[in-house]
Amino acid sequence: MTRPATADPDASPARAPDDADLLLMLMIRAFELKLLDLYGRGLLNGTTHTCLGQEYIPVAIEALLDPRDHVFSNHRGHGHYLARFRDPAGLLAEIMGREGAVCAGVGGSQHIRRDRFLSTGVQGESLPVATGVALHLKRAEPGRLACVYVGDGTFGEGAVYEALNIASLWALPLLVVVENNGIAQSTPTSRHLAGSIAGRAAAFGIDHHLVGTSDVAEIRRTLEPLVARVRSRSTPLVVEFVTRRLGPHSKGDDTRPAQAVQALREQDWYARCAAACPGRFRRLDAEARAHIDAVAAEVTARGQSQWEAARWERS
Amino acid sequence: MGAVVRVAENLNAALAALLAREPDLYVLGEDVADPYGGAFKITRGLSTGFPDRVLSTPISENAVTGIAAGLALSGDLAIVEIMFGDFAALAFDQLLNFASKSVSMYGSRLPMRMVVRCPVGGGRGYGPTHSQSLQKHFVGIPNLAVYELSPFHDNLAVFEEMFARAEPCVFFEDKVLYTRPMGVVEPPFSVAVSGGVARVSIDGPPDCVVIAPGGVAHRTLAAMRSLLVEEEIACTLLVPSRLYPFDLPDDADADIRAARRVFVVEESTAGGTWGAEVAHVVHRRHWGRLAQPVTLIHSAGGVIPTAAHLERAALVNESTIHSAIREALRG
Repeated sequence: MTRPATADPDASPARAPDDADLLLMLMIRAFELKLLDLYGRGLLNGTTHTCLGQEYIPVAIEALLDPRDHVFSNHRGHGHYLARFRDPAGLLAEIMGREGAVCAGVGGSQHIRRDRFLSTGVQGESLPVATGVALHLKRAEPGRLACVYVGDGTFGEGAVYEALNIASLWALPLLVVVENNGIAQSTPTSRHLAGSIAGRAAAFGIDHHLVGTSDVAEIRRTLEPLVARVRSRSTPLVVEFVTRRLGPHSKGDDTRPAQAVQALREQDWYARCAAACPGRFRRLDAEARAHIDAVAAEVTARGQSQWEAARWERS
Repeated sequence: MGAVVRVAENLNAALAALLAREPDLYVLGEDVADPYGGAFKITRGLSTGFPDRVLSTPISENAVTGIAAGLALSGDLAIVEIMFGDFAALAFDQLLNFASKSVSMYGSRLPMRMVVRCPVGGGRGYGPTHSQSLQKHFVGIPNLAVYELSPFHDNLAVFEEMFARAEPCVFFEDKVLYTRPMGVVEPPFSVAVSGGVARVSIDGPPDCVVIAPGGVAHRTLAAMRSLLVEEEIACTLLVPSRLYPFDLPDDADADIRAARRVFVVEESTAGGTWGAEVAHVVHRRHWGRLAQPVTLIHSAGGVIPTAAHLERAALVNESTIHSAIREALRG
């Protein structure tokens, strides 16, 4: 049985992503930083969980998906949404309860539904639901799949194993993307996960692929045939990304030593891409930040979201 | 009159008819496939007729309920059988935090057509974790409707109504009903069903109104008969198919005005009961004209024992219902 996967400092991207991918990654980064800034200034209600350090994962995955595939996201899901829809204004309006909110401000940061994208805030809850969607797809829309993002901490939930068992048993097109960022809220993976995620997938006869790099093009090259098999053979697959959570779990609740976080920053795709193509990177980063600044100013000035729940009141 | 139809047969026929009519309906649960046909044989024959949509599952109530929610999310219909309703506790997260929430938490109404069937109740010696009546634990959840199996309500119509709500429903089935006949009421009582509520009464104004779900209807009827014969107390029984949200039917107003005394019977153990919710509804509408507050009649507080004599003493039955009503009316 292998050890729990941890961040690999040697996994360096061979090259920086192309403009479109890099701009999307930078936009997600700028969006998350803007959220922390808005919270810091008391302008946001409730809480949020940023995906700082993990932005490249949904950017890589989304290119392998069809709009008719279902995507299930989790509490740390802004990147998943933005990679699919490139809609920072709708998401920020949702988080701020402003006009144009994706879900009228009811769901907030971690309960979003749009087309075939859906996020929920309870760990492990979406895996059985995605399994049900995969059951539907297998019969009604063969070739389509259900993709679920989970974290390493999610593997503490029994629902995960109930769903993996059934997905394997019934041969369902379920793609489980594990963002193993080495920490569940404040508890390191070494303290919450015995054995390994690979071992757990193997226990159900489900293929597992470990991704150590943050090179988007390389990730896609590797995963493309594997994801194609999920569709063509209608079979589940677990893809585990060894990644890094640079920010706090939510806001201001990071108990890790500063030097440990600094070490993660040095492995971050952001630093590596900046070094790989400094001029292009600076230009795109400035563009992404300016875009998010403008979105934030515009959304903040909007009126409150309206929720027409009264219309659905049962008789 | 044809042959007597048992409640289990009516329910089985309803499921078969729905599967035949709705090409996107799934029935999922532990051991539901033939030849076993479910622990209580309610799904017997269904997997033979519809092998790709009637699926026996692993022992995974949480995932199976989540799978039903995923099917509902995709526009399909789903029925889950929880072998013993007690195990619905294992599916509570999916019902509370996902299926029911999804109807409204994403800002626009999302139809979720799914029914979780829960065989419940005691009287069969199955012991503390296989005999409970869990209805009260599912009362008060937004966008989750609670229904109960009744000998007076045709199950095909009840399932049609539940799916038409387009929100998750939990359907409680008192196990002792399965072998009982559908819809039979002996004179001088007669039954009329209107607006989802069965009204069992005799001619003339009643002395009291008893509200009871399907699982305890026959026990209540037996008490009503002995109260009439021994005490000349005339009761009108109201059996709602939908327990939550609970609506007092308009035609119950006349009964309550005449009787001024209302009882609620259920098999639940004491504390935080469905009856307390019903009492609140009755009090709000009729407080000024009631002779006394609504009386709640239910099982004792505590676990439901296995030994027959202990279980009998714990569960609400014909004589506890008779005594409670006689005491309230005669002192």
